[in-house]
Amino acid sequence: MNAADLVATAVSKRFADHVAVDALSFSVEHGSFFSILGPSGCGKTTLLRMIAGFIAPDSGDIAIGGRSMRDVAPNRRPVNMVFQQLALFPMMSVGENVAFGLARRGVARAERRRRTDAMLERVGLAAAAGKRVDELSGGQRQRVAIARSLVLEPTLLLLDEPLGALDLKLREHMKIELKQLQAAFGTTFVYITHDQSEALVLSDHVGVMNQGRFEQQGTPQDLYYRPQTPFVAGFVGANNRIVGRAADTHGNEVRITTAEGWSIHARGHGPIAPGDAVEAFVRPEVAILARRPDDLPRDRPAHAGVVQSLLFDGANSAVLLREARTRREFRIALPQTGQFSDLKPEESVMFSFDPERAVCFPARSGTAGQDA
Amino acid sequence: MPDAPTLSRWRRRLSLGLLLAPALLWLGALIVLPHVDLAVLSFRARVGPRTYVASLAQYETFFLEPLYWHVFVRTAVMSLVATLLTLLLAFPIAWVIAKLARGRASSLLFILCLIPFWVSETVRTLGWMILLRESGVLPALLVKLGLIGTPVELLYHDATILVGLVYTSLLFMVIPLISSLESLDNTLIEAAYDLGAGGLAVLRTIVIPHAAPGITAGCIVVFMLTLGNYLTPTLLGGKNSQWFTEQIYTQFITRFNWEQGAAFGFLLLGLSSAMVVAGLKLTGQRFGDVMRRT
Repeated sequence: MNAADLVATAVSKRFADHVAVDALSFSVEHGSFFSILGPSGCGKTTLLRMIAGFIAPDSGDIAIGGRSMRDVAPNRRPVNMVFQQLALFPMMSVGENVAFGLARRGVARAERRRRTDAMLERVGLAAAAGKRVDELSGGQRQRVAIARSLVLEPTLLLLDEPLGALDLKLREHMKIELKQLQAAFGTTFVYITHDQSEALVLSDHVGVMNQGRFEQQGTPQDLYYRPQTPFVAGFVGANNRIVGRAADTHGNEVRITTAEGWSIHARGHGPIAPGDAVEAFVRPEVAILARRPDDLPRDRPAHAGVVQSLLFDGANSAVLLREARTRREFRIALPQTGQFSDLKPEESVMFSFDPERAVCFPARSGTAGQDA
Repeated sequence: MPDAPTLSRWRRRLSLGLLLAPALLWLGALIVLPHVDLAVLSFRARVGPRTYVASLAQYETFFLEPLYWHVFVRTAVMSLVATLLTLLLAFPIAWVIAKLARGRASSLLFILCLIPFWVSETVRTLGWMILLRESGVLPALLVKLGLIGTPVELLYHDATILVGLVYTSLLFMVIPLISSLESLDNTLIEAAYDLGAGGLAVLRTIVIPHAAPGITAGCIVVFMLTLGNYLTPTLLGGKNSQWFTEQIYTQFITRFNWEQGAAFGFLLLGLSSAMVVAGLKLTGQRFGDVMRRT
C-alpha cells in the first residue's frame, strides 16, 4: 500500500447551529483519484476548503504529505485547487496564468518560461501561451486551470466540481480527459462533485458524503454493487426504492410487504426482524422483463406490471411500470437488443429479479415516507 | 413632395435632435462659446484704450514671470500629491465597503462617506478653520493634553491645504473604486492565494490590475477637482496657498486683465488635459473604458 497523501482525523466544522462536517476521518493514497460525492449542502465544499486552508476546522487535524496543516496558510500548503468557476486571471495571458504560481515562488524568468511551456505542451495548449483567457473554449480553460495548478507539482490537487459549468457533451469529454491527465501526472486528485456519474467514472475511491459524514467509502464498484446504507443505494446510480415492512426473514433473505400489499424479496443488510420498517432497493438493470411468464427464470418470484411510459434514452432506455395490483411504480432498464422497443403504454408485462441483487435496509428514522 | 420613408427618417432625426437639444445647448452656450471667447481674449494684447492686436504676449508673460509658472508647477505638484493621498486613503475604505462589509454595514459606511457632502464646501472648509486655527479646537486640545506648551497655528500650511483637498475629494475616489472592486470575483483572490501569493502579491497582481480603470477614473476626477479648486486652498492656505486658480481670479477680478486671465485659464486646461493623457498612457488605459467606471 502506498503512503497516504491526505489524512483527515476527526475533522469537524460547524457554522452557527449547523454541523457542516462532522468528525470526519479518511485518508487518500498517493497517486489515487479520490472523489467526495454528495448532494449540495452535504458539507463537501466546506471539507475541500478546509483541506485547501481557506477554512480552519473547529477540531481534528488534516495532514498532507505526512505533515499537519494546522495553522498553515493556503499559500503555504502543498495543495492547489481548481475552482468551480476556474478563476483564471482575466488580466493575464494563458502563459502568465500558468507561470503565476512559479513567479510567486521566485522561480527565475527563463526557468519559469521553460516549465510553463512544457506544462502547456503536456495539456495540449502549446500554441496558446500568448492568448487571452477569454479567447479559449470552455475545455481549454479547464486545461489551463489544471495546468496552472499542476505546474507547481502539488502533493494534492483539489477539484471543486470543475465540470459543473460545462455543457453535457463537453463534460463527457472532459471526464475522460481529466482521468487521462491524472494518470499521466500521477498527482493525487481530490475531486468533489454531486454528479454520481463523474465520481464513478473518474475515481479510484469515492467517499459518499451526507450531512457532514461519509456514508460509505470504497471503490465505485463497491458503492454501486454493495451499498452499505440506504442513502448510498439511493444516491449512487438509479434505483427503485420500495418502502415497507419485513414480513418474514429466511436466512439472509427478507420478504418485504409494502403498505399496498405488494410482496418482494431482497437480500437483507443489517439487523432486520419481522415487522420492522425497511426500505429495499432494486436497480433497474437487475430486473428482467418478459411478455410471457414462461420467459422469466423459474426459480424467482415473478411480478405482473402495466407499462406506464417508455423512457427512450439510447443505451440508457428504460420502461416505467406500475405493479399490476398495487400500482406501485417500478423502473426497468431495457435490454440493448431493442427487444422491447415496441412496448406500448397500458401493455401488460411480467418481470422478476434476483433477490440476491436487491438489497434491503432497516428504514432510516424520519425518512420512511419519502421516495427516492 | 418627399416620399414616406424619407419623411419618417426626418422625423427620427428631429426627435433625436430634440432629445439632445438641452445637452447640446448646455454644451454650446455654457462651455464651448465662453471658451471660444476666452481663447480669442487670450491671444490678443491691449495696445491702447480699446485697441487690441493679436499677440502671444499673455503666454509670454507667463513664461517670463517666474512667480506665475512657479505657482503653476506648485499647483500641479500639490494636486498630484493630494490625488495620491486621496487614493491611498480611499482604497482601504473602498475595500472595506466593497469586500468586507455586508449588506446594511456596507451601505452605512457608504453613507458615512457621503454625509459631509450634505453641507456646502464653504461650510465644510470653515469647519476645518474652526478646528485648526490658533485659537481653535485642535490646538487647545493639544495644549490641554500637554503635548505642546502654547497653541500653534495649524492653518496656512501646505499640509493643511492637502488635508482639506483630500477631505473634499475622498468621495469622488471612493465611488469608482467601490464599483471596480465590487466587480472583482473573490475566487480570483482565493485562487491567487492558493497558488502561493501573499497579501501584497495578490494586491499587486490581481486587485490593482483589475481595479486599474476605477483607480484611473478616480484619479482623473480628483486631480481635475483639486487643480481647479479655489475655495479650499484659499481658505486653508491663506496668503501662502499660491494656487493657480487664485492667479486667474486675481487677473480677472482684481487686475481686470481678462486677456491674462484667459491665457492662464487655457494653460490650466492644457495642464489638466496633459496630465490625464499622461496618466492614461502611463497605466495603459483607454479613456472610454475608464469613463465607464465613473
